[in-house]
Order: sequence, then C-alpha cells, then structure tokens
Amino acid sequence: MKKGITPKKIATMSGAYFVGWIFVYPYINMFFTSVKTREEVYATPSTHIPVVWQWRNYIDVWSEAPIWGYLKSSLIISISATLLVLIVTIPAAYFISRYRFKFRGFFLILVLATQMFSPTALIIGIFKEVDFFNALDTYLALIILNAGFNLAFAIWLLAGFFSSIPVEIEEAAMIDGCTRVQALRKVTLPIALPGLVTAVIFTFVAAWNEFTIALTIMSSVDKKPLPVGLTSFIGQYDVAWEYLFATTMIAIVPVVILFIMIEKYLVGGLTAGSVK
Amino acid sequence: MATATSSETKPQSTKKLKVSHNVSFLSALPWIGPALFLIFLVVIWPVVILVRTSFTDISLAGSLLEFNGLANYRDLFANVDLYPVLRRTFFWVFGIVFFTIALSLPLAQLINQNFPGRKFVRWALIFPWAASVVMTSMIWTWILDAYSGELNLTLSELGLISEPVDWVGNPGTSFYFLMWVAIFVSIPFTTFVLLAGLQSIPNDIVEAASVDGATSWQIYRRLKFPLLRNSLLIATIINLINVFNSFPIIWVMTRGGPGYDTDTTTTFAYKLAFIESNMGQSTALGVLNFGIILIVVGFYLKATKATRTEV
Repeated sequence: MKKGITPKKIATMSGAYFVGWIFVYPYINMFFTSVKTREEVYATPSTHIPVVWQWRNYIDVWSEAPIWGYLKSSLIISISATLLVLIVTIPAAYFISRYRFKFRGFFLILVLATQMFSPTALIIGIFKEVDFFNALDTYLALIILNAGFNLAFAIWLLAGFFSSIPVEIEEAAMIDGCTRVQALRKVTLPIALPGLVTAVIFTFVAAWNEFTIALTIMSSVDKKPLPVGLTSFIGQYDVAWEYLFATTMIAIVPVVILFIMIEKYLVGGLTAGSVK
Repeated sequence: MATATSSETKPQSTKKLKVSHNVSFLSALPWIGPALFLIFLVVIWPVVILVRTSFTDISLAGSLLEFNGLANYRDLFANVDLYPVLRRTFFWVFGIVFFTIALSLPLAQLINQNFPGRKFVRWALIFPWAASVVMTSMIWTWILDAYSGELNLTLSELGLISEPVDWVGNPGTSFYFLMWVAIFVSIPFTTFVLLAGLQSIPNDIVEAASVDGATSWQIYRRLKFPLLRNSLLIATIINLINVFNSFPIIWVMTRGGPGYDTDTTTTFAYKLAFIESNMGQSTALGVLNFGIILIVVGFYLKATKATRTEV
C-alpha cells in the first residue's frame, strides 16, 4: 500500500533532513578543512568548499605530527580496557541474571552509581591514587580506570541478554555432561553474541574518546592517547588545522560506523533498562 | 528490544527457576568479585582520598598529611572568585538541560515518523554522540573562528556582519557558544532515549484515539506525552549529571578563560588543583561537587527503583 506524498509528509521530511544536516554539518566542515591547502585554510575570505583538494594531507600528517604515537596509545588503552571489561562483566552479569543472593540489590546499586559518577568529579582522588601506586604516566592505570568507569553499561546489557536466554537450554547442556562454566561458554555466550558485540563496541568507543583522566595522568608525549595529544595542536600559535582535522577524521569515522552498528542497543544499556 | 527489560516478557517458568536459585553471598563472590574489586579501585578509593584530603593541609604531590579541619572549606568560601563561578554553573546546567530536552522532544517525535531516508537522519544524529567531545569542540572552535570560520563567512555573505566577530573570544558571547556545543552533543543521546520511549507506546491505543477523532496534537499532548514521563525523567537526570560534570568543551574552547570568566565548578576545581596547585580549596570544591552529584544520583536511583531489582 503506497501512501501519497502529502504536504504534511513533505514538511516532516524537510524538517528531518534539515536537522540531520545540522548534526553532520560540523563533521563535513571538518572534512573539507582537512583537504584544504594551508594557504586556503588561512585565506581571507575563506571558502566553503575546498578550491584545491589536497588529499596529500592524509599522507603528510603522519610525518608532520606524532600521531603514530597517539594512535598506538589509543589502541593499546582502548583494546586492553575492552578486554578487561569483558573478563570482569561476563561472569558478574551472568550470575546476577541467574541467581538471587544476599547483597545482590546492593551490588546492582553500586554498579548503577559507578555509571553515574564520571571520572571528572573524582579526578583529584584518582590522581592521588594513581600517584600512590607509582603508576602516573602508565598505560596500565588508564586501562584499569577506563574499564572501571565503563563496566556498568556492559553489566546491564549482558544481564539483559542472559536473562532472555532460557535456563533450560543450559540445563540440557549440563545433563549432556557440561559443567556450568562450559554451558555458559558453549551455549549461552554464542546466543548472547549481539550483546557481547555491543558491549565491546561501546567500551572501546568510550575509552577511545576518554579525555579527562588521560589529560591528568599522562605526561610523556609518546604515551598520550589521541584526544589529549591533539589538544597540543591547538596551543600552538599557528594551528595546523588541516592536519588536526585530517587526524580527527581518522579518529572519528570508524567509531561513528561502529556506533551505527549497535544503535538499537545503546539506549537500553545506558538507561539500565529503566526506559522501555 | 533485547535489553535489560526483556526479563519482564519472559515466560513464567524461567522466573520461577531463577528465584529457586537462592545462593549465599560467598558463592557469588568468584563471579562478581572482580567487578566489585574494580569498582572499589576506581570509584570508592578516589572518593575516600578526595574527602580525606579536603580536611588536610597538603600539596598535590606532597606527602605531608596534617589534619586541619574545615580550614580548606573556609578558604574556599572566602575565595571571591568562587561566587561568579557558582552562578555560572547554575546557568550552565539548567540552561543546557532545558534546551536539550526542549529540542529533543520534537526531534524524537519527528524521527519517529515514517518517511524515506529516516535511517540516514538517525545516522546523522549518531555523529556527535560517537565522536570524541574534544574533537567536536575543536571543529566548533574552528567554525566559530573570527577570520576563517564558516559562521562568519556565511554571515558576511548574507550581509549580516561587516567585520569579523570573535564569538568565542568575546566575553559577551563566548559562554553562550560553549553552551550551544554542550547542547549539540547532548541532544543525540536524549533524542534516542525519548525515541525509545515513544516506540514503546502500543500502536493500537494511538489508533484507537485517532478513530475516536483525536487530532495528532491531542494524541501527543494527552496520550504520548504522559506516557513519556519515565523516559523524560531518566533523560533529564542523566543530562543533569553529564552537563554538571562536563569538562572537555570548556577546556578545549576557552580553558575557562579569560581569567575564570567561562569556568564552571568542574573546570574551576581542576584549575585550582592542577594549575594553581591549590589542593586545599580544590579538594573542598571537589567534595561539594561530588555531594551535588550524589544527590542527583539519589533521585536517579529512586526513579529507576521499580525496574532495578528485575534485571
């Protein structure tokens, strides 16, 4: 059944497209700037769309700025934090979805509170703790902190997935001779795969974008992750905007694609099941 | 949605089975222990350090720990720079949350409609959500640049300005533009939460109302909006916390400057600690900030209580 194009529908469409444009526009501007020549970046009057498309910026940036180091740090920190989150949250989420135990409610509230307290509010305490462990300027400290502040999302999301998988399937596997851990590994986890993928992507992106802790505890230039490393571009008198934005494009486009892939599960994990 | 709510739609049998699996806390420990340990390490320990430090006389790296009671709090309240920052923080939080909600409500309604290309509009909204706030702040800094930015270029082509205006550098306008960037990055999450709320409203009651002759505005005002109450409450509280804690936007675009002119309590506390090495006042302010968040988190826990025990 095809509905005709009514004036109301045209209004809806143009409104929606306009809104969509507003939200992508800054990133389009970022892209245009990243392929301009230095002269055009600073030209007066400036240009909306590049006159000369300097694609070479995307090659030159690797030698013009220490972005290899930033990128390497970001990858090490984000991948390790994601693995740590998985190791810690799979058993916890599984257990709270399958069992009732003393202090279960307290544990859930604690997890929820973790999600609400951003590192920014605790930054001085965090700094002093990391200093106490002699771990300032180390990847390990950033990995643990990123994992800790992002475990709540993974616990909510995975517990939801595990709850939706009937216990009977695991029990059947256990009758066939599996232990509980084997049943979890061979039966439940494969069924919960969309949940695992979502948890992985969300944690990775959150750690990838984390700024405040990294700014505070990392001091060596070659250990800084991307968001912190890039702010040092801005402090300079003559900002190399075309290189800055070539780098941010490289950092942003992959994570936007990853987020689009998990779009339908995002809200559930972030609002801890309180919004249907 | 196969998320945390799905247990509610489970067949009775699994629920009964779960309840019968009542076990002791000790047998739960191997499973939840690592998560508990991590929470202790990254959240509880820093809170304890923060509170304890606020009652002592100490430097950032210093090992000198001398109890000095409420002296740090007295110093903080005697600091004349604090009061404009407090007023500005109030304006920052409520202004941003108000406009974020006010813009997200119609937006959620809009992308809940069926139209060609809806998917792409939703994808467009993902950009500011997935992208690093630091990088989004950088591109806005550039768009708002006085001489080379897109905004001034467009405004001058339209003949609205005759010479470059330094929107971010000018004390009269800079804070509003910081707020705009914060609204820009808050809208996507808020809209998606409200959209999830709208989509949970059963279609048949909407259709029933429309058969009964209700206009679409009446349906929205009398039917959908009241049913959105829960989503709206959760989105508001999460936004209050996020905006209050917001740090990268101000840090990247103005560093809270000139002076303290665009600082909120969050960036002010950071500056006191890490730039001015004033640990006493900074930790006192940190504890106050933490207390404010604790109160809002309390509201959040209360609001989500009904669903909390049923993961």
